[in-house]
Amino acid sequence: MASLIKKDTLWRHITVLVPYLWLLVFFLLPFGIILKISLAEPVLAQPPFSPTFDETGALSVNTDNFAFLFRDKLYALTYLKSVLMAAAATICCLLLGFPIAYGIARSDPRTRSLLLLLIVLPFWISFLLRVYAWMGLLGNYGVINNFLMWLGITAQPIQILYTDFAIFLGLAYSYLPFMILPLYATLERMDLDLVDAAMDLGASRTTAFWDITWPLARAGVIAGCMLVFIPAMGEYVIPYLLGGPDALLIGRVLFDEFYVNRDWPLASAVAIMLLVLLVVPIVVLQRNQARDEEQAI
Amino acid sequence: MSSSRNPCFIRIRGVSKLFGDFVAIDDVSLDIAQGELFSILGGSGCGKTTLLRILAGFEQPTRGRVEIDGVDVTDIPAYDRPVNMMFQSYAIFPHMSVEKNISYGLRKDKVGSAEIAQRVDEVIELVQLGDFRKRDPDQLSGGQRQRVALARALIKRPKVLLLDEPLAALDKKLREHTQFELMNIQHELGITFVVVTHDQEEAMTLSTRIAVMNKGRLLQVGEPREIYEYPETRFVADFIGTINTFEGRVSSVDEQHIQVNCETAGGDLMAFNEHELKSGDKVCIAVRPEKIFISRDPPENSEDIRIRGTVDDLGYLGNLSLYRVRLESGKVILVSQQNRQRSAKRSIEWEEQIWVSWRPRSSIVLVN
Repeated sequence: MASLIKKDTLWRHITVLVPYLWLLVFFLLPFGIILKISLAEPVLAQPPFSPTFDETGALSVNTDNFAFLFRDKLYALTYLKSVLMAAAATICCLLLGFPIAYGIARSDPRTRSLLLLLIVLPFWISFLLRVYAWMGLLGNYGVINNFLMWLGITAQPIQILYTDFAIFLGLAYSYLPFMILPLYATLERMDLDLVDAAMDLGASRTTAFWDITWPLARAGVIAGCMLVFIPAMGEYVIPYLLGGPDALLIGRVLFDEFYVNRDWPLASAVAIMLLVLLVVPIVVLQRNQARDEEQAI
Repeated sequence: MSSSRNPCFIRIRGVSKLFGDFVAIDDVSLDIAQGELFSILGGSGCGKTTLLRILAGFEQPTRGRVEIDGVDVTDIPAYDRPVNMMFQSYAIFPHMSVEKNISYGLRKDKVGSAEIAQRVDEVIELVQLGDFRKRDPDQLSGGQRQRVALARALIKRPKVLLLDEPLAALDKKLREHTQFELMNIQHELGITFVVVTHDQEEAMTLSTRIAVMNKGRLLQVGEPREIYEYPETRFVADFIGTINTFEGRVSSVDEQHIQVNCETAGGDLMAFNEHELKSGDKVCIAVRPEKIFISRDPPENSEDIRIRGTVDDLGYLGNLSLYRVRLESGKVILVSQQNRQRSAKRSIEWEEQIWVSWRPRSSIVLVN
């Protein structure tokens, strides 16, 4: 009996350990390495950065990389533009995703699984291919422009590809499923009687939506927004393929610093700043939420 | 109040509801009087909840009209009806405190905050939730949630309160207690209650009148005693309580009585001719277990229906003893007997040869 309990607790420890180990190996360790590189100096060597401890064994820390990010306006503008772009895509996904998720959650259970399948169906095709497909759609002699010219709406092709709008379209398209799925999960779990009860007590359909459905879907809204906003912030492929040469988004700057300029320390600093930019607002948001919930009681 | 009661406070006329091809409600007409505690009783899928949702305004009837207090409400949406509902799931808003839940209806009606506070106090006192008003719903027990749901539905002082399986989610002890509380509250407020339930015992104790539904049709409406003692159909007889049935044909008819030849009873059973039956008509004789006497010696009263049998099984329930008696035809009937005498010994044993008998008056005649 005693050994059974021991086995049980041991097993519980192991199951808890797995995610921690995962985080340690695949997040904390790489993060430590990136942090270390960001505090080094670029050198022409292999690897292209100075060691953390010099020959004498003294710690050499170089904060110039971070200082440079603040000095050069380009980086601030790039961060800002990335935030705006990701925010626009997130809002668009939310506006499109909410009614879709709501519709699926309220549909006949038999058609529901089919509709969900349709939502995840694009994942069966390579992400890269789908973005390439958008190039075919948006190009000057692509499907959309050809169609517009055939209709006679425009004589000259309208420049869509290689604009910020194309990036926005690409982001919104690619990340829409990540908004729909968590929203669906919360809406599907919601007791439909709640909306009926609100209407029974005098709320119109619209009022019942804002009083009941929306607040109860909030967890899904937040999860969906994070799942869209965070990867959209650092997105590299979409701006690279659909955006113009001057479309400087943070993912692209990061890539260029690493591979074109081979300035690993500066690139690492950019990555660290991106993380800080993402983590700080999320922590604040969650804090506020916890406080709201306390106040509600 | 009772003198001015409107017997047709709720008037349901020819209401049918179709979901695609499925007939959920089939041409139901029903009057419910003001101040009644009216139960709609039936198994799952019989249409009782759909009928309640039509009264609440969540479903539109495919045909027919619904009037409440003289006003045709058929086309009035749920939020404008003088009706409130207590849901089977209670449907407590999980993101609002008890108080906020209860005041929701008044807040939607833009009632002044002073009046809201006063009426919340009143209704919280009525359902005895005083200590819990600041709590969140997830901190409440099942019984407390039920009270919140009740308070929230009562606070708008509806003309009609609809209750969908109000006690189904509670355990047995609490259910009995809450049942009487519901009756008291109903009596105190004089609001017309329409209760949907699948529990015949609950319907019997709660209601002034019961409507029994099956497959979307209204089978019988009446007081609990009427429904129990004078069921009109086999379904109602079976659904309410337990009953023994004997199929047969009318063999002879006199002024008052009929004789029904039932193979399973091993002969003729006498009953009162309440349906103007003729010789040869196919009928079913039904007897409630508690109307049957069981005895070792042949019953003396020659008017009584007497059949021989053996005790197949018996169960002692304290107040009652239940017997499964096998008749000579092989049919097994259920007999229940009150244990009137205090005794440690069984009066009748397993496998014992006995007589069962009942008064002709106790025979229920079911046609078709």
